[in-house]
Amino acid sequence: MTVTTITDAELQPKDYASDQEVRWCPGCGDYAILKAVHKAMAEVGARRERTVVVSGIGCAARFPYYMSTYGFHTIHGRAPAIATGIKLANPELDVWVMTGDGDGLSIGGNHMLHVLRRNVDLQIVLFNNEIYGLTKGQYSPTSRRGTKSPSTPRGSVDYPVSACAFALGSGARFVARSVDTLQAHLVGVLQRAHAHRGASFVEVFQNCVVFNDGAFENFTAKDGAADTQLHVEHGKPLIFGARRDRGLRLTPGKLELEVVTLSEGGVTPADLVVHDETNRGLAHLLVALEPPGFPVALGVIYCNPAPSFEALVHAQAGAAGAGRPTPDLAELLMAKEGTWTVR
Amino acid sequence: MASTTTSPARESRDSVVIRFAGDSGDGMQVTGGRFTIETALAGNDLTTFPDYPAEIRAPAGTTYGVSAFQIHFGAVDVMTPGDQVDVLVAMNPAALKVDLKDLRVGGTVVVDLGAFTERNLAKAGFKTNPLEDGSLAQYQVLKLDVTKLTLDAVKESGLHSREAHRCRNMWALGLMLWMYGRDREATVGWLKQKFAGRPELAQANVAALNAGHAYGETAEMSEYGVGYTVRRAPVAAGVYRTVSGTEAIAWGLLAGLRAAGLERMIFAGYPITPASVLLHTLAGLGRYGVITFQAEDEISAIGAAVGAAYAGALGVTSTSGPGMALKTEMLGLAIATELPLVVVNSQRAGPSTGMPTKAEQSDLLQAVHGRNADAPLAVLAAATATDCFDVAIEAVRLATKYMTPVILLSDAFLAHAAEPWRIPDLDRLPRFPVRFRTEPAGFHPFLRDPETLARAWARPGTPGLEHRIGGLEKDYDTGHISYDPENHARMTRARAEKIAGIANDIPLQTVAVGTDHGAVAVVGWGSTYGAIHQAVRRARHDGVDASHIHLRYLSPFPRNLGELLKRFDRVLVPELNNGQLVQLLRATYLVPAEGLNKVQGKPFKVSEIAEAIR
Repeated sequence: MTVTTITDAELQPKDYASDQEVRWCPGCGDYAILKAVHKAMAEVGARRERTVVVSGIGCAARFPYYMSTYGFHTIHGRAPAIATGIKLANPELDVWVMTGDGDGLSIGGNHMLHVLRRNVDLQIVLFNNEIYGLTKGQYSPTSRRGTKSPSTPRGSVDYPVSACAFALGSGARFVARSVDTLQAHLVGVLQRAHAHRGASFVEVFQNCVVFNDGAFENFTAKDGAADTQLHVEHGKPLIFGARRDRGLRLTPGKLELEVVTLSEGGVTPADLVVHDETNRGLAHLLVALEPPGFPVALGVIYCNPAPSFEALVHAQAGAAGAGRPTPDLAELLMAKEGTWTVR
Repeated sequence: MASTTTSPARESRDSVVIRFAGDSGDGMQVTGGRFTIETALAGNDLTTFPDYPAEIRAPAGTTYGVSAFQIHFGAVDVMTPGDQVDVLVAMNPAALKVDLKDLRVGGTVVVDLGAFTERNLAKAGFKTNPLEDGSLAQYQVLKLDVTKLTLDAVKESGLHSREAHRCRNMWALGLMLWMYGRDREATVGWLKQKFAGRPELAQANVAALNAGHAYGETAEMSEYGVGYTVRRAPVAAGVYRTVSGTEAIAWGLLAGLRAAGLERMIFAGYPITPASVLLHTLAGLGRYGVITFQAEDEISAIGAAVGAAYAGALGVTSTSGPGMALKTEMLGLAIATELPLVVVNSQRAGPSTGMPTKAEQSDLLQAVHGRNADAPLAVLAAATATDCFDVAIEAVRLATKYMTPVILLSDAFLAHAAEPWRIPDLDRLPRFPVRFRTEPAGFHPFLRDPETLARAWARPGTPGLEHRIGGLEKDYDTGHISYDPENHARMTRARAEKIAGIANDIPLQTVAVGTDHGAVAVVGWGSTYGAIHQAVRRARHDGVDASHIHLRYLSPFPRNLGELLKRFDRVLVPELNNGQLVQLLRATYLVPAEGLNKVQGKPFKVSEIAEAIR
């Protein structure tokens, strides 16, 4: 392994790449995510020696090998648990978890639930390609019903989980979405995730060219993307469409969103819902939007920070010994009731 | 119970075994625990055996709800909880039903007459009242209406009858403290502190305790004879306290943390009987550098410990059998990435859920071999509650020096058993400071120390040492991913040689009792230490050329073990399992070792081993 020490504080995206040859399939969406992460790290000025990238198993989990930071390629589904241990041991470290739909929502679903609920200060990037790639194409927990795969030759019958709805339901305080091919958007979302203290959950729709090519074509195709994607921004009305003439409003008398066209039937921008990142109820409505009736919501859907787990744990541990150095062990053994001396 | 009469008032005893037995809700564990403290303060050597059901509050009066606490104390070296009970305190018919079989002929049984109602007798399955049908003829029976005596004693406190009734255990404790001439000051202080928020409860409990004691003092007891004296045990000078295996492991881990010079221990666990107590014990000790983490499951607990180790802390996790099974894959990762880790397994009877509160030694093969692929690690076992302290320190030493997971085997018996412990001089404990890699020149993460074969430990946060590790096979020379066949063979060998090499860094196997050759070697490991020890002593006293060899190191074995065993005509291996160490010894050394196996969720009796030696 070659060791390069860069003393210049201004690191370029390429400085976050390791010397290892990237071994994803040609055309895989992971390349774009890798590039976006390198770029986001350069933008935020991440220090490589303080950055740790943790992953589980799957195509996405190869990620750490392609980074010049610290990295730990662990076992299937368990990256959140290992990342929690890293943060508890050293809260100063900047820890990223790279996971997939199988790793993060199937075998590791329980850990994902708890790492989000605890609000451990991590950036969790879930590459959702709705398929098991590394094991050659079985359907995944996010696959749509009817997905034909080697293990479901007649089509899957079970209902998929929505990654963002799961994250919100688990108590995540930062939930965002982007697409592998929306490079600039993705970099921006990753920067926001990095800025958020606590567990940041980012779902990236990622195309698997070999086993599930075009799975997201219905809303990621360049033609028509303006009509199928809703890019949410805090404080701005929910508007989309090539002509920016469509929006979302609350159906009068119901807790649901509906698509309206501005200037039709007297609809004005004032009728539209204004995005509020801190509104969990709105976030639930936004992540549930699906084509063809609705656009897919992208961007920072929910961001409502609270103190992070490891910070609270350390504050409590520190408070227990406040104002004094770590006491002598002898004091512990000698001080409690029930000692006696034999002379 | 050896005895010599010293005065008409009190007889002298070398050692005594008392068992307190009652309903799960009768407070027998507390009663036994308090008797233990007072006995330790009186200077006796002792060993305890808390035996309680898995149900928190089984239906009252039933045999399966009986909770018992046994204490063996004496003026002599006490090493086991005792084969036979000298005094049985039975708080209800069910307790009598369950525990009478362990009372020695001529022993004393104290019963609460008030609890021997028709209803309770029926619940316990007695067709006739054993207090009246002559079935207790071979014992000395003290029939006392503890219930009524207690209610009378606490009348002034104004408690509701339910709460007043729950002071019975303190009355019984008071009587037993009188019977053996113990103080009750420490218990009075403890009650006042425990019930500081409810002074009427404190007052009632103290009143019951005093009443039980006074009952012994007064003429009311004379018809039953006498009190007893048990002299102080001859012990080395120093400061002592009682310690359970769990406490000793907790403190040993803290001592190990210091010895390694590490700032922080991350102790991650998931609630499981009987291991949870270690999590509870350490949770209160944040000031000493430990951060405890109650994870969402066993896998997450060991995962957090592995993550902590990667980040440069001491990672520790603790569990019991079924939880160990769940941690297996992560152990493989810690082996593949060569990270230090301590895993404490408080073994219990299995398979599966088995008998959660009962001790067994049946996870040995799992500890040594129970992982996919060739995945060696170090395995240690603690022999006694006090030994847990030293073994925990040793586990930390081996884990950090050899960059390996270490499994520390305890069990349900050791977890709760208490004994007196001379608090060691902490300044004289071993030191083994960790040296983190900081030098970038020539670094790769699988650079090995030529002597120990341990890889370099490089903490995230160190500039210039950024590296990636994982579960995929690594190239021996660069640390990069490698699928090369020869390299995999070389790495497999390196991992095995590293663990095997620990044998050069541990003490040679010694003989605990007897000589290093002879007719019979009785080879044990773990909590059977006391029973084997006494059995071998007894055998030697009877002229049998037996020796006791007790193993702390189970992987790797001490390097002289094979040669030592071959100097005996016969190798007997008592274990609380169906034969595990015996297999390892036979496989490793081709010695004709024979097993002596007990799987009843109970410790060995000295007599059971003594018989097998003959």
